[in-house]
Amino acid sequence: MPELPPSLLSLDRPGSALSNSTGPIIDFAPDASCLDVEGLSLAYGGKPALRDLTLRVPRQRVTAFIGPSGCGKSTLLRALNRLHDLDETVSRQGSIRLEGQEIHAPEVAVDELRRRVGMVFQAPNPFPMSIYENVAFGLRLQGGMSRRRMNDIVEWALEAAALWGEVKDRLRASAWSLSIGQQQRLVIARTLAVRPEVLLLDEPASALDPISTLKIEELIRSLKSQLTLVLVTHNMQQAARVSDYTAFLHDGELVEYAPTASLFTNPRLARTENYITGRMA
Amino acid sequence: MNNLALIATVLIVMALAYQLGLTRSKAVAGSGERLHSRPGYYGVLVALWCGLPALLLFILWSVFEPGIIDLLVFQQLPPEVAAFSEREQQLVMRRIAALAAGQNVADPQDFERLAASQQARLEMLGHLSMLATMSIVAVVGLVVARRHVTPRLRARNHVEKAITALLATCSGVAILTTVGIILSMIGEAMNFFRFVSPVEFFFGTTWNPRFSSSGAGGQGEYGLLPLLWGTLMVSIIALLVAIPLGLMTAIYMAEYAPAWLRSVAKPVIEVLAGIPTIVYGFFALIVIGPFLSGFGELVGLNIRTTSALTAGLVMGIMIIPFVSSLSDDIITQVPKALRDGALGLGATKSETIRQVVLPAALPGIVGAFLLAASRAIGETMIVVLAAGNNPVLHANPFEAVSTITVTIVNQLTGDMDFASPQSLVAFALGLTLFVITLGLNVIALVVVRRYRQQYE
Repeated sequence: MPELPPSLLSLDRPGSALSNSTGPIIDFAPDASCLDVEGLSLAYGGKPALRDLTLRVPRQRVTAFIGPSGCGKSTLLRALNRLHDLDETVSRQGSIRLEGQEIHAPEVAVDELRRRVGMVFQAPNPFPMSIYENVAFGLRLQGGMSRRRMNDIVEWALEAAALWGEVKDRLRASAWSLSIGQQQRLVIARTLAVRPEVLLLDEPASALDPISTLKIEELIRSLKSQLTLVLVTHNMQQAARVSDYTAFLHDGELVEYAPTASLFTNPRLARTENYITGRMA
Repeated sequence: MNNLALIATVLIVMALAYQLGLTRSKAVAGSGERLHSRPGYYGVLVALWCGLPALLLFILWSVFEPGIIDLLVFQQLPPEVAAFSEREQQLVMRRIAALAAGQNVADPQDFERLAASQQARLEMLGHLSMLATMSIVAVVGLVVARRHVTPRLRARNHVEKAITALLATCSGVAILTTVGIILSMIGEAMNFFRFVSPVEFFFGTTWNPRFSSSGAGGQGEYGLLPLLWGTLMVSIIALLVAIPLGLMTAIYMAEYAPAWLRSVAKPVIEVLAGIPTIVYGFFALIVIGPFLSGFGELVGLNIRTTSALTAGLVMGIMIIPFVSSLSDDIITQVPKALRDGALGLGATKSETIRQVVLPAALPGIVGAFLLAASRAIGETMIVVLAAGNNPVLHANPFEAVSTITVTIVNQLTGDMDFASPQSLVAFALGLTLFVITLGLNVIALVVVRRYRQQYE
């Protein structure tokens, strides 16, 4: 991933200072955490989806959430940028802090939060407009940006998403004319354009062919030098390939959370082992 | 036995034939060999063989018998009747038929009585022979089909074929009716164009069809443009009312309204579409027209009670549900992923709707507009009552206008002679209207279909 030109890069983030803690696995606690989830419970119309969940997401690392369908991993991901806000049936307790600040605090503007915590969904969802306009969408929402600066950021974002070379000659073409894999990278570029601090990826490759999947995985690895990434996936190999830390969720609860290598090679709990070896659906 | 009872009897016999076929197939199956189809299919097949030929015979008989009997009776009449005019001959035949049916006829002639008794005898004979033939056909069909019930008979395939034929016949009726209506319209319109050249019709700016009864001579002027313009003016006013109101209703219903309100308000709005248009018409005439006229006086405008504005306004209210209901469905169909994507980038709800949801739904919404437009162009009752029927080319919406539909009503009510251009012009007008609305519908369907494909 190319560096953002200094004129554009105004983010000042501390470098990684993770300890290689091998302490008790379930309450694994990195000391440079970006997101702190504490005692989070969430229910859809009275039906609990997350139960008293506590975990920390380390800064500038890739953290994967794995678990069987309905375990709450996507719910947790959506809670991290308050996408549940619009659904009146959702009730929530507990707190989520982004860089130490409670995201549910009244002074936090939800649109600002979502700009800082970007999200990429399972199926590519480009907007019905040109490739350029898709990437510029978030920038236009912020307004007050010169044409030239916007062009620069669009190019940078497309380049960061490894798509620039494929689309640079047809930026005005409809985003829906791209292949599915390209569309997903376009969506990532669109999210990167507003320079988020955290990127949430909800099974970003599950609709893609193997080659496109590979490109997305490379992209994820390249992005962690600048961003904190959280990945929800059904694909154990994918979690093992791209993530630094893995959390195993089951039935709305956190079961085991550890550096990926140790979770996959040496799980502490039988439940975890059963799941990662495919003995539990 | 009257025809209804006859058909009922045939159905009962078919039910019996079904039972016979069923028991027969079970008996065959009992002998050890495996049946090709389930026993029910053999029953249905036997019933069809028994009933269908008999019913077909009945239909053919009913179509041809009256003509043949008339012919026979007519030949028996005294020679002086043949010298009567055609109209008088028809009258005589009608009197004979009434006598034969046992009705009273004013001072019947002897030859009429004679012919009537002969007609009655022929009818009785014909009926009995029809019954006999039908019975024979039914029994033969039953016996032959029952004998054919063997394990290897592919009864299911035959029955499926019969069902396919039935379904095809039903859809054929609808299609043939459409084709028939179009052909007859084209034919009559051609007759009209023998009186008035198409150029005069399509490009004429004066509409003044003198009625033949007024005896003014000449055939009048048939310029379509004033009517077309009136139609367009009323429809455009209607769409100016319906599109903003309907679209905003749809956006509120699809995106903002709480579920309980939506479940109440949506059906209520759709009731608007169920109100008979004649009710809208007199609502326009009695309430809206005087109101607009009074309002015009207040602000110094001369608005007529019946005007393009009155009709267009009320028609606009009528088509709101078309716009709102269709647009609502289309907005709701926009994938949640698109909304999530926009929200995830920090867009507010209204930014999401304006910049992402509506552009995505646009083709479908345009389709809804076009359907509403074709509905407005074809609307009749509201304009008959509220537009003022004034076929003059002018651009003032506060004045009375006339539309194509209103003119068709005018040309075809009252005394008319279907050989005169005054009546025949209705077909040319109808054809024009048909082509316009058909064109709009086709465009709308193509647009909507293209929209659907984007998400499949």
